[in-house]
Amino acid sequence: MSKKDPNAPQRLALIASKGTLDWAYPPFILASAAGAMGWEVSMFFTFYGLPLLLKDTSTVVTPLGNPAMPMKMPFGPQNFQKINWPIPTAMMSVPGFNALATNLMKQTFKNKGVATIRELRDTCVEMDVKLIACQMTMDVFGFQREDFIPECSVAGAAAFLEFAADADVQLFI
Amino acid sequence: MNVLHADKVLDCSGMSCPLPVVKTSKAIKEIEIGQVLLLIATDPGSKADMEAWSRQTGNDLLDAHEEDGKFIYYFKRMK
Repeated sequence: MSKKDPNAPQRLALIASKGTLDWAYPPFILASAAGAMGWEVSMFFTFYGLPLLLKDTSTVVTPLGNPAMPMKMPFGPQNFQKINWPIPTAMMSVPGFNALATNLMKQTFKNKGVATIRELRDTCVEMDVKLIACQMTMDVFGFQREDFIPECSVAGAAAFLEFAADADVQLFI
Repeated sequence: MNVLHADKVLDCSGMSCPLPVVKTSKAIKEIEIGQVLLLIATDPGSKADMEAWSRQTGNDLLDAHEEDGKFIYYFKRMK
């Protein structure tokens, strides 16, 4: 009960509800940074965020329906890399385009010294961040407990809310 | 510019958020209380981040300055 104990660490309660590459970063970055500051952290993975806990999680990103996403090349001269390519929406539905966009974004992240999603997840585990898989989502999408990393636990809304009720920061991402 | 003694050096050049914070939190546990950690970073965001990390963890930020385009921090482990 951290609120009653002034010496207890700060608490972060976070819900990760989206599983694409772009949306997977914010929860893992915030959770690992909070862990690094000595906070107690719980992450609840629900709906499309749940696959982020899969043993073989592999995130993708698409500019389709994502009009603010910059389309830039992670190679070539600086001026070339700054170009935001105007990709027609119709082209985004061409088979292989998602893979291309995903690879370009992953390469950009690598070039800029950003950790991968898996590295950040491993960091969270090292920092004792509690990773909670949503039982209901597991059932709905037909996942088994063995599909997920052994470090996560499985629970429901009430268990998360109990932790969140006593948290200093609560986020839904 | 003051030159402080460092017991350990951590180079986070080229790394982006949250890695400097994450690696600093690990490195500080590898020195004794009272010893000093020197962090080298290139992420401009590390300025505000390392100050916040220092306040949140209670480890003293003895000095922070820029040197040849790099951000240099000295932390004293307090607990």
